[in-house]
Amino acid sequence: MTRYLLRRFASTVVLLVVMVAFVYVIFYALPSDPAVLVCGKGCGGGQLAAIDHKLGLDQPEYLQFWHFLEGIFVGRDYSSGPDVSHCAAPCLGFSFQNDQPVLSLIGQRLPVSLSLTFGAMVLWLLIGVSAGVLSALRAGRFTDRVVTAVSVLAFGAPIFVSGLLLLMLFCGYLHWLDFPVYVPFTEDPAAWAKNLLLPWFTLAIAQSAIYARLTRSGMLETLSEDHIRTLRAYGLRERRVVGRHALRGTLTPVITITAYDFGYVLVGAMLTETLFGLPGLGQLIVQSSNNVDIPVVAGLTLVAGAAIVVANTAADLLYAVIDRRVVLA
Amino acid sequence: MSERVMSTDGRRVLSVRDLTVEFPGDGDTALRAVDGVSFDLAAGGALGIVGESGSGKSTTALALLGLHRHSSARVSGEILLGEDDVNALDDESVRRLRGRRIAMIFQDPMSALDPYYRIGDQISEVYRTHTGAGRRAAWAKAVQVLDRVGIPDAARRARARPHEFSGGMRQRALIAMALACEPQILVADEPTSALDVTVQAQILDLIDELRTETGMALLLVTHDLGVVSRSVERVLVMRDGRAVEQGPVGEVLKAPAEPYTRALLDAVPRLDGPGREPRAPGEPLLTVTGLTREFRQPGGGLRREVLRAVGDVSLDVRRGETLGVVGESGSGKTTLARMIVRLLEPTHGSIVFAGQDITRLPERGMRAVRRDLQMVFQDPVSSLNPRRTVGDSIADPLRVQGTGDREALRTARDLMERVGLDASRHDRYPHEFSGGQRQRMGIARALSLRPKLLVCDEPVSALDVSTQAQILELLGDLQEEYDLTIVFVSHDLAVVRQVSDRVAVMHDGELVELADAADLYASPRHEYTRTLLAAVLAPV
Repeated sequence: MTRYLLRRFASTVVLLVVMVAFVYVIFYALPSDPAVLVCGKGCGGGQLAAIDHKLGLDQPEYLQFWHFLEGIFVGRDYSSGPDVSHCAAPCLGFSFQNDQPVLSLIGQRLPVSLSLTFGAMVLWLLIGVSAGVLSALRAGRFTDRVVTAVSVLAFGAPIFVSGLLLLMLFCGYLHWLDFPVYVPFTEDPAAWAKNLLLPWFTLAIAQSAIYARLTRSGMLETLSEDHIRTLRAYGLRERRVVGRHALRGTLTPVITITAYDFGYVLVGAMLTETLFGLPGLGQLIVQSSNNVDIPVVAGLTLVAGAAIVVANTAADLLYAVIDRRVVLA
Repeated sequence: MSERVMSTDGRRVLSVRDLTVEFPGDGDTALRAVDGVSFDLAAGGALGIVGESGSGKSTTALALLGLHRHSSARVSGEILLGEDDVNALDDESVRRLRGRRIAMIFQDPMSALDPYYRIGDQISEVYRTHTGAGRRAAWAKAVQVLDRVGIPDAARRARARPHEFSGGMRQRALIAMALACEPQILVADEPTSALDVTVQAQILDLIDELRTETGMALLLVTHDLGVVSRSVERVLVMRDGRAVEQGPVGEVLKAPAEPYTRALLDAVPRLDGPGREPRAPGEPLLTVTGLTREFRQPGGGLRREVLRAVGDVSLDVRRGETLGVVGESGSGKTTLARMIVRLLEPTHGSIVFAGQDITRLPERGMRAVRRDLQMVFQDPVSSLNPRRTVGDSIADPLRVQGTGDREALRTARDLMERVGLDASRHDRYPHEFSGGQRQRMGIARALSLRPKLLVCDEPVSALDVSTQAQILELLGDLQEEYDLTIVFVSHDLAVVRQVSDRVAVMHDGELVELADAADLYASPRHEYTRTLLAAVLAPV
């Protein structure tokens, strides 16, 4: 087990380094002229050269990459003539737009995105897995068909439609909730949850459809396996056969997709964030993409990538807990 | 084998009357898997149900525990377990019977246990379900029954998960689970069919002992007449869902009243049956010297353990002969076969085929050699591409070797006729054929290039005895006609005896004995060969 853990962690680190290199190549090594972007149209040659120098763009590529890595792991200094700005590790550079450190831009918005993602994830797992189990146990019958139809509908409905409908229903028509405003968890947990309720459900409804389908097919497959027949032949109660034995065999693919979705939703929930006015990472990525704010986009890409890699490592560890045979493979 | 008589007081523990199981088919038609079968099982008695695949024997066994409930099957008739009719009880009452009064063990011990939980927990769970015992008491019970079925160091091994057990140990663990609640009846559905002969002997001995000790009755479902004759007192022969004949095992197997039983018995290959006519030894067609294959074990960084699947095997295969290769699972026989046809690269050693060293021949050079070197695989289901028509599958090797499309398809149809298939069905797909027919296709495909050497890896192991006999006969005929040299790999000593001129015995990757078939079976020299032969069960 220890060896398995070490191997898993080692490969996570390697993966992260490779990812950093890829992000660098995509955003920095490809031909573009950041100095022009920073400075705007009216800048002359002298100003451009100064900015190039400040950003280190006048150095050879390999040195630039080295500084990029250095920035992430130990921090780096940006100097433009007399004034030196230090950027502590992990340094992702400064926004071209407003010269703020990318890290603090992301840091301000991360709690919002994490709140949104975690809550929605809990909901979509609960809804998706239980709908999937229900529909597997009633396979081919009315309940199964209803669940399937609702899943297709939920999956097919765009977020700006389902979210708007929820908003109209609960805020506009029934007045059960106020229009959501983000309240940090640390300030008022109850208000935090109450305000995030609609965004959570909006995301969860779309996501849980996939989970329901996945759980249904996994459950049907596991239920037809020999060891389930053995349990039934020994008189175990059906509730126990399904809840304790069959469900465990079904969870592996669910965990895989959850790990991927976690990273994706963390940075990619721009529609939900925009719709509910949540200042999260998704909004930031839309804004900075529009403004070609390369350091911010690159930084967000790194964060999303890192989230997916870390979530996958967590998933691998969970597999090992669920199924000990994984450790041998 | 010896006929065993257990003390029975004539009381019946199980009485089945007119059992019928139907599965709905297309439209109004229903498939009658079991058709009006009746039998009794005396307290402490043992009844064997034998039949080929599709005879309805397993369907019958499952019905006894009400395991067709909530499936599409329709079960009718009476299944009297003491006073209770399993067929008439409600779900909850049936659930309480299962495992407590009637327990079942299954064919494939690899998949019959839950891979996610510890073996001790699985047995405890069954015990607690029926007795309401506490955790500790249930765990103690699990350890006790595991110890009883001969799991060494049971207190520690109870913590293992199924993948840490060998096939034989898993079957013991399943028997332990059956024992936990001391049922009156043990239903065993092909309990040893997936096990090696030596392990089979141990498991059957264990079941015998437990019967004597606990007085439970045994219902043994199997296709293997040898197993039946060894382990039960009465036998019921099934065919197409009907009971063909039943009676004391000695009478039925020695003097069967029904022609079907007779035919079934005749199809079983026997150790003491007629072997092949001895033929003049030809010169070697294939010579392997010091052949070794090592596999790196998965996991474990730099100091990986190396598994030696085949170690230092040297032998000749002579032109025109059939060389049988026998061994138990893990003996390296399949690895050897795959190296001979270069589907696997040897780690060391050399392979000389028809005077040419092909050990390291690059694939480009191998292509010409592959014409002469073909293989037939065990599983006739998975070794044919399900999305290609049968004719195409058989014609493919010809196409690869550059034969034109029409010519290749014509040859394929000729071959289909030759191996006993209807050539007009060449545009059908494999799933439309039976297992025996599919194995015929596998043979036709291997023959399409008119090879000199045919390597058959367990070609009949997945087939019923009567089908098996037909395929073996076909191979014999084709050998004459096509002037084939055959390497015949099998775990079944009786089959190998029937088809081979010479026999090689493998054990733990090594060749332990190689001799003329008649000599090897009459006077085995190696200890291991003697053990293997002693474990083989013959009917009657």
